[in-house]
Amino acid sequence: MSNFLQQLINGLTLGSIYGLIAIGYTMVFGIIGMVNFAHGDVFMLSAFIALIIFMILTQILGLGSLPIAFVVVLVGAMALTALWNWAIERLAYRPLRGSFRLAPLISAIGMSIFLSNFVQVVQGPRNKPAPALPNHVFNLTVGGAYDVTLSVRQILIMVVTAVLLAAFWYLVQRTSLGRAQRACEQDRKMAALLGIDVDATISITFIIGAALAAVAGVLFVIYYGVVNFGDGFVPGVKAFTAAVLGGIGSLPGAVLGGLLIGLIEVFWSSYFTTDYKDVAAFMILAITLIFMPSGILGRPEVEKV
Amino acid sequence: MTAAPQSTTAVAKTGETSAAPFLIALRNAFAAALVAFGLCFPIVSYHAEANINNELVLTGRWPLSIGVSVLVFAYVLFRQMSPPDWRLWFDRVGSVAAGGMGGALVEAAREGEGVAPPSRARLSFSKWFGPFALGFVVLYPLIMLGLLGPAGSLKWINNYGVQIMIYVMLGWGLNIVVGLAGLLDLGYVAFYAVGAYSYALLSTTYGLSFWVCLPLAGVLAAMWGVILGFPVLRLRGDYLAIVTLAFGEIVRLVLINWVDFTNGYAGISGIPHVSFFGIPFNDDENGFAAIFHLPYSPIYRTIFLFYLILALALLTNFITLRLRRLPIGRAWEALREDEIACRSLGINTTTTKLTAFALGAMFGGFAGSFFSVRQGFVSPESFTFMESATILAIVVLGGMGSQLGVAIAAAVMIGAPELMRELDWMKQIFGPDFDPTQYRMLLFGAAMVVMMIWKPRGLVSTRAPSIFLKEQKAVSGDYVKEGHG
Repeated sequence: MSNFLQQLINGLTLGSIYGLIAIGYTMVFGIIGMVNFAHGDVFMLSAFIALIIFMILTQILGLGSLPIAFVVVLVGAMALTALWNWAIERLAYRPLRGSFRLAPLISAIGMSIFLSNFVQVVQGPRNKPAPALPNHVFNLTVGGAYDVTLSVRQILIMVVTAVLLAAFWYLVQRTSLGRAQRACEQDRKMAALLGIDVDATISITFIIGAALAAVAGVLFVIYYGVVNFGDGFVPGVKAFTAAVLGGIGSLPGAVLGGLLIGLIEVFWSSYFTTDYKDVAAFMILAITLIFMPSGILGRPEVEKV
Repeated sequence: MTAAPQSTTAVAKTGETSAAPFLIALRNAFAAALVAFGLCFPIVSYHAEANINNELVLTGRWPLSIGVSVLVFAYVLFRQMSPPDWRLWFDRVGSVAAGGMGGALVEAAREGEGVAPPSRARLSFSKWFGPFALGFVVLYPLIMLGLLGPAGSLKWINNYGVQIMIYVMLGWGLNIVVGLAGLLDLGYVAFYAVGAYSYALLSTTYGLSFWVCLPLAGVLAAMWGVILGFPVLRLRGDYLAIVTLAFGEIVRLVLINWVDFTNGYAGISGIPHVSFFGIPFNDDENGFAAIFHLPYSPIYRTIFLFYLILALALLTNFITLRLRRLPIGRAWEALREDEIACRSLGINTTTTKLTAFALGAMFGGFAGSFFSVRQGFVSPESFTFMESATILAIVVLGGMGSQLGVAIAAAVMIGAPELMRELDWMKQIFGPDFDPTQYRMLLFGAAMVVMMIWKPRGLVSTRAPSIFLKEQKAVSGDYVKEGHG
């Protein structure tokens, strides 16, 4: 029982990170119908940006307060990653809008290769260890086989995720920006006829997706304490799996899918074997797409001829 | 920094207001430089590296990021101030700088593009180019041997000749699935891996020879093609791509984790080398060199490998071209153009898709067993997603369905990064720390993006229909739709 509870906590923490990345996939797929293959690498890039901003704050500017540093790193990483994704959309995807269907996918694969190698060239191929941060651990149970613990980092990850998701939910559901976005998702041509700037809306979609991926990147560095230029691919595919499992195009579905994938991965590692945990994630992806292509919360895709 | 020249074109397109043109240009250039600076900060401006105590230490690189921003500023300013017909060239130069050598070739192939059917000169060019290229490829090892001698030509035949021909073969194999049947397969490397491990395991465990294993590897890969293809038949487009990617990764992860069977990360070594129909390529008395009264040299094995892969690739090409004329080939192409129309005409889409998957996988398996006989060593590292992406890029950039285009794209995509190893003279300009090889994959990724933007239809975007009434007319790429399968 204590093992179950502990794995539940670990799974929800990991799932929060996947959920944040998955939103970027699901939003872009919803609005322009492309699998943004480079999104995992944008996430990896944001982790590097966050790490370097933190180093600048503590080493060069001599900032002592960790909470202030965390807020500055979070905002800075979100802004800069959003700028990157905006530039990527502008250069690599926008010229291909209206081109044949595979073109944006190939371009995104190229961008993914470019980004991971760009980071490798400018920052070197070795692992980047994050500086050691204080991490208080709470014991939730006493007695039993072993203690169930909940660390400050895990609380931080879940709280930040929940707060940002609430803010994001408000943005999409209650503001005119969100309305424009949902309109573009339903029918881009009609939205344009009604005076919505479709290009700007798509840009904003990429910006929001990147900002949430940057949050995931910051949390990833805090949680694992190390980042490498190759860290974008596997979390990216898992987050995409999460988006598909939740129903691609559905925002609550992405979060739900992320949590499910996190839980499945953690429980699989705990009860079976860690060797095949990625196989489990890929199998879920394949099985979902084959038997349940619209996911848990997605709308079934109706093809019109 | 390749990101910088790219960022200019985007920003430069805004702003056609009534203010003085110079001021607009200045403003746009400034905005572009600002964006470039923002992109460079902090990922380029600071370099973080762990020291001995495993603590990160920052080193500032401000001159680099400021230099990039200044370059972007100057580029956008000149582009904006120049007459409109110059701007096109600015974009081209910028993209060639960004996309590396691949961009230059696209530029060469750009002529004659458009909705209008290609001119007579272009048609006759494409008619004669194929046989000429084939002749060159057949004579290539002999030319190299004659020019550079046995020692000097080894690298050119092995690193360029054999390596490119492997990818030509893989490209032609995948072309059946992607180019003809329109099924986007991102996990093609799985079948390559099945072929490679088939030969590696059969030869090291049972001592079977290459010539027995080659067809077996093809059959096994085709079987896996059917096994993996069957569940995904209902999926289309992007979903199919992602599921095949998942299958490709699963195969690789199983190869890593099933240590009893595959020896895991360590891989399988000591795979028997190829023999000349039973005569080994060694310096023994009954070796190839001794029997043919030649001085011993490793070059003969390489040349034999070259002709072997050339023969396999030509076999792939021949079978593909013949199949295109058969009902099954026409069904593939019909399926690519419109699956619903295809179904309503009574074509069995299940068997049509499965045969495409199986045949593509079979050629992947052949190429895989060639790979393992050439290397003498296989490990899961060789079958990453990057390989699948590379092969798919070759097929798409070649112009899906065009055999010649795929071969050209393979030569460019594999040969150009390989050529970058030769750029040692650049160390004299940029200092001894400069290593051009580390930019290979960076430029490869950028070239994929640039080529998609310039020629989303690939290098050879026009195609000759495989069946016609009275007169064969080439169809421009803009009139056909692909990838809906």
